[in-house]
Amino acid sequence: MASLNKSTFFRAFLSYLPLIILFFSAFNEFDFNYLKIENFSFNFVYILIFYWTLRNPDSLGYFSIFLAGVINDVVIGIPLGITSLCYLILCSVTAYIRNITLSPNFVKDWFSFLFTMILINSIQVIILDLIFLIEINYTSYVVNTGFTFLLYPMFFVVFNFLSQLILQKKND
Amino acid sequence: MATGRDDFVIAFRSAFLKKKDKQKFSLLSLIFLSIVVIILSNISFKPIQYIKIGVNEIIYRSSYIASKPENYLQELTLKINNHINLFENYKDIKSELENLKQEKITNTFLKSENKRLRNLINENINSDEILAKVLIDRESPFLKSIILNKGTKDNVKMGMAIIDGVYLVGQIIEVNYTNSRALLLSDLNSKIPSVLAPQNIQAVVSGTGKDYGVIEHTKDDIENDLNKIDSIIYTSGLGGLFKPGIPIGKIYKDLENKVNFFSDFTQLNYIKIISYNIGGKD
Repeated sequence: MASLNKSTFFRAFLSYLPLIILFFSAFNEFDFNYLKIENFSFNFVYILIFYWTLRNPDSLGYFSIFLAGVINDVVIGIPLGITSLCYLILCSVTAYIRNITLSPNFVKDWFSFLFTMILINSIQVIILDLIFLIEINYTSYVVNTGFTFLLYPMFFVVFNFLSQLILQKKND
Repeated sequence: MATGRDDFVIAFRSAFLKKKDKQKFSLLSLIFLSIVVIILSNISFKPIQYIKIGVNEIIYRSSYIASKPENYLQELTLKINNHINLFENYKDIKSELENLKQEKITNTFLKSENKRLRNLINENINSDEILAKVLIDRESPFLKSIILNKGTKDNVKMGMAIIDGVYLVGQIIEVNYTNSRALLLSDLNSKIPSVLAPQNIQAVVSGTGKDYGVIEHTKDDIENDLNKIDSIIYTSGLGGLFKPGIPIGKIYKDLENKVNFFSDFTQLNYIKIISYNIGGKD
């Protein structure tokens, strides 16, 4: 275990972990559909991007986020570029919040996340429904936004732990 | 006030235009790139279509590999549930088997009669079948589709029917060289011309985005007919893509207008891609 802690591979793996999770989630369209819980879905990638670009922006490159969006579009079968645009708008909001915030406040971030999600889901709905004429379920979007908002604190704790671990290993 | 506006402009410029130490691209350039990709991906320009097919091929294959752990979890959950419900299922299946045996005897006669009548009106239905494996069944909360491991090299074409056993599950909406995408019946954009039996009502089965469908384009007064007995929905053959009589689902009399699909779309492993050639003998 001690040798594992000192290993440079482990350190590198930890620093790339957010990126690995991002691509894994994009390829997987991460959800819990096998649990067969009706009306339950959340967007894990939104939480991941919001947290890491806000708290630790060096962990996720904007180009990687753009690529993850393209992959997600292909996997779920919507016109290319829409998810990338949404992810990048999320990044713009986090970059703006980072620039105007002196001392980070969890509750403010949490509610900013909600407003950002409402904004990007609205953009996505407008592009899909009004421009590409793809019929979509509005309720699913509302439910998805609600659960993503509610689950943010849980993932915040997990990512905070991971972030501290990465920082600790970096300084070893 | 002016200072406040300056602060906003500085924060805005810093967020959008400045590249941080480890960022190789600015946000604004990538946002523009996304918009360009959205526009380009929807232009019917051959080179762009080829690039799109190439991107799809690579991502579908990678996604199939990346989905393996989640698929394993999914199968494990299903196996556990099956073991828990084993005895109850056995009792249900036993009584269902008895009913089916009785129905089979009647069906054999009806099949031969149907064949004889088709011959009389000089109509025949030929079909080409392709067996395909489901590569990805990522049922997004918003769109319901599956990726199959057969594409243009296997003669898969747009609009072909996807059949699970004898039940209709969807149709091909995108074809690449080695794989294709099928839209499931449960998707909001799926509309299948159908006929309700035994009432013999023409309708359209539409997806809802959930695991059931609804019937559309029927007169209001048929709701009374639906409430009296259970109805089975078959394809009507209108539109010429599917042959008439492919089972789709069932409407129970106490569940108004709710189509329960026969096939479980979360459990699709192998399916048939079928094209029908409907016409006279000549």
